[in-house]
Amino acid sequence: MIDAERSRSAEEFLKGLWRENPVFVAVLGMCPALAVTNSAINALAMGLATTFVLVSSSILVSLFRNVIPKQVRITAFIIIIATFVTVVDFLLAAITPVIHKELGAFIALIVVNCLILGRQEAFASKHKVGLAIMDAMGMSVGFTFALLCIGIVREVLGSGTLFSVNLFGDQFEPWVVMILPPGGFLVLGFLLLFFNWLTQKRKTVRES
Amino acid sequence: MSDTVQHIDIEVMQEPEPSSFKLIFALGLAGFFSGVLLVSTYLWTKPMIEANKAAALQEAIFKVLPGCTDFRTLELIDGQLKVKADDPGQGKAEDSKETLMIYQGLNTNGEQIGYAIPGQVAGFQDIIGALFGYDPTTDAIIGFEVLESKETPGLGDKIFKDKDFQSNFEQLITSPEIIAVKKGEKSKENEVETISGATISSKAVVRLLNEAMAEWREYIVEYEKTNITEQ
Repeated sequence: MIDAERSRSAEEFLKGLWRENPVFVAVLGMCPALAVTNSAINALAMGLATTFVLVSSSILVSLFRNVIPKQVRITAFIIIIATFVTVVDFLLAAITPVIHKELGAFIALIVVNCLILGRQEAFASKHKVGLAIMDAMGMSVGFTFALLCIGIVREVLGSGTLFSVNLFGDQFEPWVVMILPPGGFLVLGFLLLFFNWLTQKRKTVRES
Repeated sequence: MSDTVQHIDIEVMQEPEPSSFKLIFALGLAGFFSGVLLVSTYLWTKPMIEANKAAALQEAIFKVLPGCTDFRTLELIDGQLKVKADDPGQGKAEDSKETLMIYQGLNTNGEQIGYAIPGQVAGFQDIIGALFGYDPTTDAIIGFEVLESKETPGLGDKIFKDKDFQSNFEQLITSPEIIAVKKGEKSKENEVETISGATISSKAVVRLLNEAMAEWREYIVEYEKTNITEQ
């Protein structure tokens, strides 16, 4: 019984990493995935901010899932999510003003990240707190991982640095388009292609 | 037809519709707790956020006025510059939007180094906010620092990342006015070499400097006069 529960938790956590990865499979949360991934540190900060909001909201929604009337559940979810987003906004401004400035309006826009509302509606409002936390953690880690993938590629090609550490020396001519908006679309497209190719390949290997 | 509709309605409405009061109560409660959480976070982080802002401004002032270790905040009241009444002194800057302010930088001996003047101008995408150091004895700009900008990464953001462009502002004569010239064509002390690929952003910086100087020069001259007679 306990084993079954444990494997269920692990299952809920792991699905967000790969099989139901919010960016590469579900293609959710495209706005931050494209807008703030021009450097690895920005991508990481956005991932962590989203993690905080998603996990906290999932805990509250799951705790109050029997109290919130069905008719007003979306409104209630949005109130909860918006509260945590504002909290994260204040915290980032207090702790790391530089990153807060870089992310700018995109922190406030976490509210409308459909990944977060989606997990509340599809999962947290129907499951116990423990499972809801595992689900939220898995999705958050998957989201942060995806953002980091995009951010690392864009920063290395577009600025020649990684986490602001110079990689190639002064002779490197940065591929400026990569840190501009089109670079976000290009990298995302190629990463989607790559991860889908990988999934297909694994599937054919398993079948044969 | 109406029978089927009725039937579906009954199927969907298994649970009775909760009263409006219950709905309003649930949302009101959620709003209340959200409000409490937000107010406490706000009060908790406010001093830190203000300290960060003041530190950023202070750092910028020290950067644009080389050798500066302390500064006074000067407020523009009725067309005259006055030392701010509740001047925190000891290099604590206050970022207030109520009155226009510039900062008088002093070195360790209390001698004046120059003035740090903030300015704003429309850049390529959004407002560029900057702070620059002005030395009235040589009538020159001695430092320049961008405080906020959304200029294009890799191009327009060179106005604060490009060392060559920054070196324009080590000793830049401001009168009769600052002129933007192409890279490598600088021949006079009041000319700024623009960044190729970011001409609009570079010219915006020049405009910012000229506008701010036009606005503040008179007040500074006036302030210097009264200051000297006092001494």
